[in-house]
Amino acid sequence: MINFQYARASDVADAVRQIAANPDAKFIAGGTNLIDLMKEDVERPARLIDISRLPLKTVEETAGGGLRIGALVPNSDLAYHPAVEQRYPLLSSAILAGASQQLRNMASTGGNLLQRTRCFYFYDTATPCNKREPGSGCSAINGINRINAILGTSESCIATHPSDMCVALAALEAKVHVIGPGGERVIAFEDFHRLPGNTPQLDTNLLPNEIVTAVELPPKGFAANYSYLKIRDRLSYAFALVSVAAALELEGETIKDARLALGGGRAQAVARCRRRSRAARAARQPADLPPRGRPAAARCQGVRA
Amino acid sequence: MALTRPAVRPMDTAATDTIAAPPKMSVSLTVNGIDTKLEVAPWTTLLDALRDRLDLTGTKKGCDHGQCGACTVLVDGRRINACLTLAVMKDGAQVTTIEGLAKDGALHPLQQAFIDHDAFQCGYCTPGQICSAAGLIAEGRANSADEIRELMSGNICRCGAYPNIVAAIQQAMKS
Repeated sequence: MINFQYARASDVADAVRQIAANPDAKFIAGGTNLIDLMKEDVERPARLIDISRLPLKTVEETAGGGLRIGALVPNSDLAYHPAVEQRYPLLSSAILAGASQQLRNMASTGGNLLQRTRCFYFYDTATPCNKREPGSGCSAINGINRINAILGTSESCIATHPSDMCVALAALEAKVHVIGPGGERVIAFEDFHRLPGNTPQLDTNLLPNEIVTAVELPPKGFAANYSYLKIRDRLSYAFALVSVAAALELEGETIKDARLALGGGRAQAVARCRRRSRAARAARQPADLPPRGRPAAARCQGVRA
Repeated sequence: MALTRPAVRPMDTAATDTIAAPPKMSVSLTVNGIDTKLEVAPWTTLLDALRDRLDLTGTKKGCDHGQCGACTVLVDGRRINACLTLAVMKDGAQVTTIEGLAKDGALHPLQQAFIDHDAFQCGYCTPGQICSAAGLIAEGRANSADEIRELMSGNICRCGAYPNIVAAIQQAMKS
């Protein structure tokens, strides 16, 4: 870890001012990914701006019947929040499928969105990696790539976004609230993460001087029929090889709405959501469930891997 | 013509020329009930501050990357990985380490349970296991052996004492 300066942000506006004034600075909240990457010399910020004391730690009902989750709500608090457990259990189960309880106690909602890939070569500064060092090449394409993406890849990068929470947020069609020097804007979850394309160094469409302030869930939580299925090399505390967030809204025997988002096996969360949209559009036309559909729908509830 | 040897530049001159003295920052922590003031560099982790500055070496450095759980301590009552925590960010916090669990000379119920169930072999992961288990019990989310295993998965025991660790935690949960 290189030496760096440290400063605290007094409020959101101050955080935006500080990051704009220090192009080599990074925000730090939970630190679970950033400090690890700094120890590995992958991230080398000259200055850390501590946003962990900003008042972004509440979960509130929105006027439209949804939920607004402050960017600094810890992952564990979010997973166990009564409103999330009751109305968005898909989100709870996805969060609890990731990391360990210690890390979930530290990691923030906004930070979960902004964590970097776990591709081995991204972490290994002795090897080429287009995400870490644009133009240097991709070591994973012909390397040890069991944990890398199958879908949404490009010739320059096959890294995945490692989050479990984001897979559920993609399925739930969350929105990301951000503030920058130009004011506030709202980004649809499917537009938040980027596919690698020719610019794999850019994980998201968040601008350099913007800060995530909240994640908003729409009213529909799919609490009756949902599943987060995660396939990994050990039963707990491992990143997904493949994960699926699935949710159905049933009306009698008719599928009214269906959501499917994939994690682990594919490049950034954005493609998950696009694939989900296609599935949802196909299923949005009310149709009778085939006979085999019922047990499958029933199995959706409470399945865990 | 006399040859003169070039002056040998001490190895560390370059370093002292280019790297400024670390700016220390003041941090107040209540560690195991004792108010403590420290001057630390911004990059000092809570783990290094506890071990190297406060001589609380019960908390262990295993992987130093948040993967093994040996550094688990309680900060404001919640279990965290001290190796991924900057000490400056925890200014004003209450920190409990393995050294702070026993009260008035009596072992914490978890410490007693780990002895009763022989829940360790080499012992290196044990302080982290016990602090993590204290956090787990406070969370109140584990009601079965399976749930204990899942919620303790952030603590690795390479000796493989897991069955005894689960049994010890179950005993402590009853007390």
